[in-house]
Parts: sequence; C-alpha cells; structure tokens
Amino acid sequence: MPAHPDFIARFEAGLRGGDLPPGLTARDPAEVERRFAVYRNNQAVGLSQALALRFPVIRRLVGEDFFAALARAYAGVERPVSPVLAEWGAGFSEFLDRFPPLAAYPYMGDVARIEYARGRAFHAADAAPVDPAVFAMADPGRLRLGLHPSVTLLSLAHPAVSIWQRNQPGAGAKGALPAGPETALILRDTTFDVPVRALDVGEAALIGALLEGATLAGAAEQAQAALSDHNPQPLLVALLRAGAITHAEE
Amino acid sequence: MTATKTSFALGATLACALGAMAATPVMAQDMEKCFGVSLAGQNDCAAGPGTTCAGSSTVDYQGNAWTLVPAGSCVTTELPAAADGMARMGSLEALERDVPAS
Amino acid sequence: MLPAAPGVGFKPDHFAAIRKDAAGIGFFEVHAENYMGAGGLPHAQLSALRADHPLSIHGVGLSIGGSAGLDAAHLTRLRQLCDRYEPDSFSEHLAWSSHGAEYLNDLLPLPYTEETLALICDHVDQVQAALGRRMLLENPATYLQFANSSIPETEFLTRIARRTGCGLLLDVNNVFVSCTNHRSDPRAWLAALPLDLVGEIHLGGHDAEDLPSGPLLIDSHGAAVADPVWTLYAEVVDRAGPLPTLVEWDNDLPDWPVLAAEAARAGAILAQERRHHARAS
Repeated sequence: MPAHPDFIARFEAGLRGGDLPPGLTARDPAEVERRFAVYRNNQAVGLSQALALRFPVIRRLVGEDFFAALARAYAGVERPVSPVLAEWGAGFSEFLDRFPPLAAYPYMGDVARIEYARGRAFHAADAAPVDPAVFAMADPGRLRLGLHPSVTLLSLAHPAVSIWQRNQPGAGAKGALPAGPETALILRDTTFDVPVRALDVGEAALIGALLEGATLAGAAEQAQAALSDHNPQPLLVALLRAGAITHAEE
Repeated sequence: MTATKTSFALGATLACALGAMAATPVMAQDMEKCFGVSLAGQNDCAAGPGTTCAGSSTVDYQGNAWTLVPAGSCVTTELPAAADGMARMGSLEALERDVPAS
Repeated sequence: MLPAAPGVGFKPDHFAAIRKDAAGIGFFEVHAENYMGAGGLPHAQLSALRADHPLSIHGVGLSIGGSAGLDAAHLTRLRQLCDRYEPDSFSEHLAWSSHGAEYLNDLLPLPYTEETLALICDHVDQVQAALGRRMLLENPATYLQFANSSIPETEFLTRIARRTGCGLLLDVNNVFVSCTNHRSDPRAWLAALPLDLVGEIHLGGHDAEDLPSGPLLIDSHGAAVADPVWTLYAEVVDRAGPLPTLVEWDNDLPDWPVLAAEAARAGAILAQERRHHARAS
C-alpha cells in the first residue's frame, strides 16, 4: 500500500497547525518541532508577503502588524489554488467586507477591489491601439469601439478611488474625502502603468455603454442621459492616448 | 432638451471629439524607458507577488487579528458623514461591538 | 544548452540596469510561474531579454514530489511558455508544493524510498514528454529528515537521472545548507554525485539560526553567496569543468552592480578552470 499520499496529507495537516506528521527525524530528535516550524513559517511569511504585494494600500491602511494577522486569517479560509500566485486574492475584498475587526472601516473591501483589478489589468492580454486616422471619416452613429482587455469599470459603494489615491507613494492627504459612491476606471496604458481614475456618472455611462458594444453616438447619448451636460471628448481622447481603444469598426 | 436638440448637440460634440482623436498620435512607445521607469512606482504593486523558491528567515508575526486594532493610515481616513449617515473612523468602541463574544 | 558561463536570476527591478550593462552575464533565469499571465510588462520584458540572451526557465510550482498526479493545466502552461520562449534549459525541483487543489507556496521535503523514486521518475517522464525536451531536476535545501528514507539523496537523484534521462541542477548552496542542517559532510555528498549528470549549478545566499545542536541554515536567497559555498563551488568546477552557473537572489534584492559582482565572482572561477584545463591539455 503506498505510503506517500498519507505522508503528504499528514505533512500538510501539520503545516496547518495540526500534529506533527509521523516519521520526522533530525540528528537531535528533540529539535524536530523547531525544524518543522521552518516550513510552517516559510508558508505563512510567503503568503503574507504575496498578499502585501498584491494589496499594498490595504497594508498601508491597516498597518504592518494588523496586515500580517489579517493575511494569516485570510490564508486560513482561502488558500491559493494555483502556483500562479498572481491569481490569488480574488476573494480578499469579500473577506474584508465580512471581517468583523474591520467593521468600522467599511471602505476596505472596495479599496481591495481596486487593487485586485489593477493586478488583473497589469497581466491582461496585449492588444494594439487603433490608428486614430480611422476616426477622421467615421460616422459616430455607426462606429463601435473595442477597448483594451485591461479596461475595467468598478462601481464602488465608498469613495475608494479617493482613498486609494491618497495612499499612493508620495501622495499627501488632500482635504476631505468625497461623500458617497465612486466609479473607478482601471486600464493599462502604453507605458505599462495602471492608473486608477474616478469617473463621473456621465463618464461611467459612456464607458459602460462602450463595453456593452453600443455605437459611439449611442454611448454618448447614454452618457448625456446620465449627466445632461456631459462632454465625451476628454475621456475619449484620454482612452486613445492610453492606447485603450484597440478596435474601431463601422 | 428635445431629442432633436440632443442629437444635434451630440453630433457637434462627437465630431469635435473624433477630430481631436484623429489629430492625436498614439504615443510612440519608448520601450526601454517604460520598462524601467514605470516599475519604480505603482507598477510593482500591480504586478503582484512573484514566486519564490527560497525559504524565509523572517519570522511570521503570530498575532491574532481578532484582538488587533488597525494602526495604519485608516486611523486618519474619515469618511464624510454623508457617505452612510454617520462619521466613522477607527474606534475601539466599534471594534469591541463587532468582535465575536468567544 | 546554456553556456558554461555565469547567469543571474532576472528580477524586473533590474531590467533597466541590465539593458545598459549585462557584460559578462552568460544567461538569465526566470521563474516560470511569474510569466503565466496573458500579457503586459512581464512578457514584454522577457521577450526583450530573450532576444539578446540565452534563457533558463525554472519552475517552482509543478510539485513533482507530490503524491497525486501532476497538474495537467500547469503542465500545459509550462509547455506554452517553453513553446513561446524556446529556453535553453528547463528545470524544476525535487520537492512538492501542492496538496489536492491547494498550492502551499513552499518547496516541501519528502522521504526517499523506492515508492517515491518510482513516482518521481514517472512525473519526470511526463514532464519531458509534455515539453518535448530534457529537464533538469534540482536538489532541495532541507531542514528535516525522515525515518523511513531508505535511499541517500545523491543516490536518489542519480537513479532518477539514469532512469528518466533527465539532467541534474546542482544547487551547491542547498548541498551546504542541507548537510550543515543534518550534520553531515557536504564534500562527501558532492563526492557521491556523478557530476556528468549536472547541467547547471545554482549558487545563492542563506541565513542562519541557532539550534541547541548547532546552526540551522535557511535557504533564504537574501544574501551574498557564503564563502564555504564558493569553496565547494570551485571544487565542483575543478572536478567537472566549467558549467552554467546561476546566482540567485530573491529576497532583500540588492542593486544590479552587487548582483553582477556575484556573477563576476563565479565567472572568475570558471575562467580559472578554463586556464587550468588549457594548460593540462
């Protein structure tokens, strides 16, 4: 009967904090527990560091000690399921929403949503920007734009974009936070940077409609329906400059 | 505003937008510069964790999240009262209220 | 085949510096799992590096020592990566890192028995068939031993290589770390390994803790290569001749010139061996 599956299962249970697996030895057998602790520590520190790299603003918001304990709690309920560690953390925002010690900080989950989306955008597929010349003769009523795979729109219940921005390296706190929800636009630009921008309701409607395949005129109408004096030009030009318009078809 | 007026205004705006877009060259990518410079700032965060085949000599902080109080910049991050009807900052009262009894 | 020259583990932080000056660097090595996203900066950087330098792809997550079958999805990702970048070498570890669907994020040890030998040979066969290439298998740094281990580590590695046709990645720092931790002689370990099986050498830094019985070394890759490891390395090169030699530095990353200087130190030992060899022949 094979012994290896049982060994793996017991070793893993030991890493989780259960009994030491049987059969461990060292030159001085009294040291077995200390030596096994190296593996427990490697795993805990490795996962905590991985989470901190993915969610640096959350770490800054709660502080180093709290984050280490938070990472331990999160890793206890949601382990990585792939050796591609960049994929880990999809459930972290929901975990923060429900984590009782953070109940006084209801915006944490939304900040984590921004950070997770930035990582997805960073690793998203490549796509070449359209040649702006295609717009010269275009009919907005028939033109449909395709956006870069990194383009993400997040509707957030809290002013999480503003909180994220003032926790960036070098950013100082600037006045009072805006009240209420924010919509975040996240994309990867041609320099591989992943900026985060808060959209007004008109801009949010414009991007939302473009993502759903509306014509340019249709998207602009939806934007004006959401915000009567909305001008689509600045955002469209910003998207083009970022290389985020990758397809245009009449 | 009537539907006709809306379409007219949109037509003018979009013609303007398209003109501006057509006149905007997509930035030539200075690849070498982008590669190096952008990583120094926010991008290393977006990149997320890399794998390691190394062990760690850093000792994991074995704190219990249920008894810790957040102590980072959230302490000075105050949501406006209008956000949810009550001003909130980190407060021990709130934490004690929320921590399970066990 | 990688060149018998010093190489460096590539870190994105060093990209700009490397593009300015990679003199003396014979190859770069990357962790496969960091290049499994769809696009963006990682692939742009790796493509640029690949265009100018020999490349080694080093997997850390395949869990070759695991008890369940290999992760077919991960094997597919590795094949796609190798197809895309056509590396000069692919290597993985004699260790396990997954249990069921969970990835444990560490290279974990296993007993060396006839059962695990057969299992690992089977896994190595599968990897080599899936990738259509010979792989190198790396000796681990370990902190514990197992009562039911019945095969010495060097014999275990040798038998895997002979049975599957794979090569070995000899991590000299891991030999020093493991032998120190298990209070055995690293020279005896190295003497027992047929060096003709070795396709690449790894050198990395370690940290030390104190146990009642003596030091416990941790394979942290967060410091310069230790002097006794350099000495063992020079002895290996003296026996085996020049081999591709990677300097790994993963934690507490130094500026590029510090890492390049570590590679240059390996390069000097390789050059000295070449001179000896030229005089002898």
